[in-house]
Amino acid sequence: MIPEIGHYALVLALGLALVQAIVPLAGARLRDPALMGVGGSAAVAQFVFIGVAFAALVISYIVSDFSVANVFENSHSAMPLVYRITSVWGNHEGSMLLWVLILALFGALVACFGSNLPAALKANVLAVQSWVAAAFYLFILTTSNPFLRLADAPFEGRDLNPILQDFGLAIHPPLLYLGYVGCSISFSFAVAALIEGRIDAAWARWVRPWTLAAWIFLTLGIAMGSYWAYYELGWGGWWFWDPVENASLMPWIASTALLHSAVVMEKREALKVWSILLAILAFSLSLIGTFLVRSGVLTSVHTFASDPSRGVFILAILVLFIGGSLALYALRAPLLKQGGLFAPISREGALVFNNLFLTAACATVFVGTLYPLVLEALTGDKISVGAPFFNATFGPLFLPLLVMVPFGPLLAWKRGDLLAAAQRLLVALAAALVAIAATFAYDGQSVLAPFGMGLALFVMVGALSDIAERTMLFRVPFSIAIKRGIGLPRSSWGTAFAHFGLGVALLGIVGETQWGSERIATMKPGEKMTLEHYELTYEGTTPRAGPNFRELTAHFTVRRSGEVVGTLEPAKRTFSTRSMTTTEAALMQRGASQLYLSLGDQNPDGSIAVRLYHKPLVLLIWLGPVVMALGGALSLTDRRLRVGAPKPAKAKTAMQPAE
Amino acid sequence: MTRKQRRLTLIGAGIGVLGLAGALVLSALKESIVFFNSPSDVVEKRIAPGTRIRLGGLVAPGSIERSDNLAVSFRVTDGNRTITVAYRGILPDLFREGQGVVTEGALDTAGIFKADSVLAKHDETYMPKEVADALKKQGHWKDDYDKKAGAPAKGRAQ
Repeated sequence: MIPEIGHYALVLALGLALVQAIVPLAGARLRDPALMGVGGSAAVAQFVFIGVAFAALVISYIVSDFSVANVFENSHSAMPLVYRITSVWGNHEGSMLLWVLILALFGALVACFGSNLPAALKANVLAVQSWVAAAFYLFILTTSNPFLRLADAPFEGRDLNPILQDFGLAIHPPLLYLGYVGCSISFSFAVAALIEGRIDAAWARWVRPWTLAAWIFLTLGIAMGSYWAYYELGWGGWWFWDPVENASLMPWIASTALLHSAVVMEKREALKVWSILLAILAFSLSLIGTFLVRSGVLTSVHTFASDPSRGVFILAILVLFIGGSLALYALRAPLLKQGGLFAPISREGALVFNNLFLTAACATVFVGTLYPLVLEALTGDKISVGAPFFNATFGPLFLPLLVMVPFGPLLAWKRGDLLAAAQRLLVALAAALVAIAATFAYDGQSVLAPFGMGLALFVMVGALSDIAERTMLFRVPFSIAIKRGIGLPRSSWGTAFAHFGLGVALLGIVGETQWGSERIATMKPGEKMTLEHYELTYEGTTPRAGPNFRELTAHFTVRRSGEVVGTLEPAKRTFSTRSMTTTEAALMQRGASQLYLSLGDQNPDGSIAVRLYHKPLVLLIWLGPVVMALGGALSLTDRRLRVGAPKPAKAKTAMQPAE
Repeated sequence: MTRKQRRLTLIGAGIGVLGLAGALVLSALKESIVFFNSPSDVVEKRIAPGTRIRLGGLVAPGSIERSDNLAVSFRVTDGNRTITVAYRGILPDLFREGQGVVTEGALDTAGIFKADSVLAKHDETYMPKEVADALKKQGHWKDDYDKKAGAPAKGRAQ
């Protein structure tokens, strides 16, 4: 019964989406408030129905209803409750349902908190949002229906892919989807503006907070995914330039660019047309990401199953929306009023610099990700484009950006003074030089390490310099500086945090790549192995039975200069339902550094293959993005941006003119 | 600066950065991409020793030999040709005889493929796409490779 309710609700949501896609649009054309008003109620109702559908699937998973094909294929009654729930989105059909749930959520948010939007703009936005929704409902109902029943219900399910049975799966996809799908709002706003043929002040003020919210989720989602891959896959890598990772990185870069261009748009009324294009591109890249992951053209852990009809359907959605919106852009953009031009050395100029390099870097990732697919389609040659390609292209384009990051906030609008900005960065420069000298003294061989450390320090201290400058720290009494700090716009703090986080992540990346070390060995119980300052003793193994797996845990004692600092207990898990083995790596925190131990095969003579990594500063790689997201959140609480922030208390102040 | 000069600066900077990106991409594509080959491809294309490639196929049953210090060798086959692969390190969890595998490295002068990475797979039913295509090309593809054991036929679904 419950799956049928879900199925029915899904069909009703499609019906509502079709209404919402057409009626408000016609209303905006005919200037009919009643017709335009339909959009809002339809959006909320759509969210309710898709919520019912999602809840129905969750319940089917919780009660292990194996008569539902989707539950049978991806769940097991012995799995802990939390994994039975996360299994809902650990497969293709369920994750698409989560996708549309979030899409409908954003539509409903616009409907609820957009009461001060111009009625026609709101109607158009909701209609565009609903076109996307309708296309994906159709996709789910025709090719990926999660509610299909099996004629005779099996007694037990086939279990979830063991490497997805992890807490990381509970958080990573929802966060990433909130980011991916969050880009749909700025897309809908952009297309609505193009349909209307004008961009008014409300447009600029709405786009930034929505993009910011999406960007925060994307940042956290990508960082979470990276950390999950790091500890779950058992070989200590945190970024593989895997096409699926790139698929999430591209919308992130595009929305980062959009955030920066939106500042120019808001403050200086310039770059409007460019921002519209970026808004379209950011969501297009999200759609391409969905296509890459869901169509099965790539094979990776994210491709739960491949089915050509799905690929073709998503490709059609892709062509329709990306092609359609870009065609509309080509047609309408020349009619939009262009903003003013400005001097190259200015805040605007710095933000354009940011946009140029970010889009160029995004383009190289795009080429590297799609070139193998295109080449195979054209010539049949199969190639892999891996880390060397991206290091040689993305790296050099990101480098000037990092150097410029501290300068941006210190340049004035309209006409900046590069020399004055450089003077304010003297402290940051000094910090960088000290870091370079210290690193060089510590590790005389590597050229990259001192340079990377210096750059990271420059970015970090540079971000703080801006705040120090604005609060007049050290020039006025400390208490006054604090007061000035509290009085600063939250968005200034947000910028500082986000840029500081970037430096922190860079610090981690340099530490991990330049000084990381590893040892691989086979060990017998009682044997020792050393890496850096650590000595590892293999104590033996104990078997253990989990709810739906058997586990062999190996025990190691870690000593540093003779003293025990802890134990590492990596394990091998064997999941009987899928006859699959996973490696559970053991991690030990040492400040921001980690010791990472994973197991290989056990030999008949009792010895076991182990791989031990020492990863200096590795934790900063993920701490950086968390700080960045925190900066984004701070910026979102800025008074100017309260518009549309998805909190009811703030909606009251929504859409008032900027101060 | 006049309006025209400002516009030209902007356009010039744009073209400059895009040109830089294009140049980087072209040079990187020339140097850092790796071609996938099946054992038959390696023989037919006469791939020179030292050229970095990806070699994929099935791990020939009974071919895995382990020796000291985690050195391991196995044969990769596509049904027609077979190449011996030498690797040192820990093999992925799902490395098994008779299963698909993708390795990356280069041939040495004796015709042994020295792999420096053996790619991890994530699923017991997952066959690397390249391997599946290579097997199909050699006519050794069996339909049951990509069927999940025990999966109900789609037709039985409601």
